[in-house]
Amino acid sequence: MNWTLFAIQFLNGLQLGTTLFLMSAGLTLVLGIMNFVNLAHGSFYMVGAYVAAAVYGATGSFLMAGAVAVPATFLLGIGVDRICLRRLYDRNHLAQVLGTFGLLMFFNELVRVIWGPAALFAAVPPGLEREVELLPGMAFPLYRLLVLLAGLLTGFVLYLFIAHTRLGMRIRAGASDRGMAASMGVNVSVLSMLVFGLGAALAGFAGYLASPIVAVQSGMGDPILITTLVVIVIGGIGSIRGAILASMLVGVIDTLGRVYLPSLLNAALTPATSNALSPAITSMLTYLMMAAILAFRRQGLLAARTG
Amino acid sequence: MIASLNKAGSLALLLLVGWVYSATAEDTLKIGFVSTFSGNTGVLGQHMYDGFMLGVDHAGGKLGGMTTEIIKGDDQFKPDIGLEVTRELVERDKANFIVGFAFSNVLLAAAKPALDSQTFLISGNAGPALLAGARCSPYFFSVSYQNDFNDEGAGIYYTNSGYKHVYLMAPNYVTGREALAGFKRTFKGEIVGEVYTKLDQVDYSAELAQLKAAKPDAAYVFFPGGFGVNFIKQFYQAGLRSQIPLLSKATVDLTNIAAQGDAAVGSKEVTHYNWDLDNPANTRFVTDFIKKYGYTPSIFAESSYDVAQLIDSAVRQVKGDLSDKDALRKALESAQIQSPRGPFKFNTNHFPIHGNYVVEAVKKNDSTFTLVTRQKLRDEAGDSFASQCAMK
Repeated sequence: MNWTLFAIQFLNGLQLGTTLFLMSAGLTLVLGIMNFVNLAHGSFYMVGAYVAAAVYGATGSFLMAGAVAVPATFLLGIGVDRICLRRLYDRNHLAQVLGTFGLLMFFNELVRVIWGPAALFAAVPPGLEREVELLPGMAFPLYRLLVLLAGLLTGFVLYLFIAHTRLGMRIRAGASDRGMAASMGVNVSVLSMLVFGLGAALAGFAGYLASPIVAVQSGMGDPILITTLVVIVIGGIGSIRGAILASMLVGVIDTLGRVYLPSLLNAALTPATSNALSPAITSMLTYLMMAAILAFRRQGLLAARTG
Repeated sequence: MIASLNKAGSLALLLLVGWVYSATAEDTLKIGFVSTFSGNTGVLGQHMYDGFMLGVDHAGGKLGGMTTEIIKGDDQFKPDIGLEVTRELVERDKANFIVGFAFSNVLLAAAKPALDSQTFLISGNAGPALLAGARCSPYFFSVSYQNDFNDEGAGIYYTNSGYKHVYLMAPNYVTGREALAGFKRTFKGEIVGEVYTKLDQVDYSAELAQLKAAKPDAAYVFFPGGFGVNFIKQFYQAGLRSQIPLLSKATVDLTNIAAQGDAAVGSKEVTHYNWDLDNPANTRFVTDFIKKYGYTPSIFAESSYDVAQLIDSAVRQVKGDLSDKDALRKALESAQIQSPRGPFKFNTNHFPIHGNYVVEAVKKNDSTFTLVTRQKLRDEAGDSFASQCAMK
């Protein structure tokens, strides 16, 4: 086995994991604290990427793109919460799913109306396009490495914020038992608005970081939302630590599975069979993992205690 | 009271008149245009529709000299919706022709109601093997190309280029698998890797690391539309552009090259048409297209332009008599059109006999990107499935 290649693939898996983490952190808090299912979360990712690509294209500054895209998605999250989602808080999950699915379609059409049907151009900033040699013979794209580090750093800061600040404590309290937190004097309404904005900003940040790598186009948030839902179910709803653990797990297992499962199957089956089978199995891999984990830990790996 | 009754009465009358009028307007040519207009591949539908409408313009706004009504249907890239939209166009609107179709999976589902009711169906892009071979139909025509045509061209090109070890990649769905099968049909060397990516996958970093480690002589891929933007950007970012020659089909095209930018430069594509082909019909087409829509026409726009021309010429030949289906079919088969592709005629299976080319992505002086024809790959040829078609 080629261990250098394995290490590169492991890093690729972690990099996917950081994107999933940025997406799942907001979603898991919203679901945990507000008991609210938000299918429009992927739209914040998409809007973040679009705003970043547009600002980067207009100003030529990638940092400026981030400085606009992240606050923009924060405000968008708060706006959507105030104008629309607030009315759905007390409804059942079906109404929430239908309502936010409508929002998802609305945003997918909105970006088409504003920016047109074709994908938007967004490139890696000059100077970050090269590869760096981490170990002799082990080169990794610099930009992806920076995305990985930025994601890990954000995760660390978020963890400190949730675990060691007063506001974070209130958020945890809200996630554990919303009614009790409210009766202890926590303004859950303001809290939920902040959490929603924070979640949207994190998703927007993920979209900003991904914009040079993937096609910035309508609907780009939909596939990642599905994986994000898997992550928060595995990690335990409402738990930031669970989200970190589960996103890295899903990122690495999905990546390594995609790469190594075909060769394992090749060894066991005829090439034609394994060729037909392996894409199907790798597509199922994360879902199989979710089923296995849920079979033993119904509440997820690191669930926030809920009353 | 009476006034409002009157209002209701006149409204009813108005509706009735409208109804009767539309039901008796028989000298209208009705065309159902079904394509993918929404979602992340919706740009294909737009290019196709623009191309078609330029064809209508060039026919003086009246295809075949008849008042032309075009009813647009969006299949949303979903076979079941494409089927539903097509059925409505055939049964409710009584369309004389159904045209469009960006994707093969949609076309395969939607073809049945049109062909069963003996309505002529003309594909402006999708060309699945089934409709070219075993399930070819007297009522089906493809003006674009059989799906495998350019893949087979790519296999020939790589064999002639002397590449011995080639790596293949495509998304895991029917057209992706057919594309690589088409390549393997004509390529003589060794396939050192054949990878199918998940359909919802947007990041190919892991697969590209495997590709790099396999050290092939060259790579051939098929990643249409938005997939192509992801793949080409990441191929470039992984430092592979300078290491491994890349050839593709429908991956770097004029719908997505602007979003790929510098990452596309140097990429080669196999195609049956490019905007810079040198013939009078193409010059007229490209000039007028840019004047009307402000962008350079893609293969999708060109094919649909030909669809409009084909209908125009056939309806003129039968002098507007759409009831004689045999005469209309013969007129369509004769393909009296000036295709921007150059010489154009139909094979026995109603798919084109045409040539193909290798084109290369370049950056122009004004920092925009385009495709430039490098060489003609094959002279006019039919596809590999015509022999399986019962029509002779």
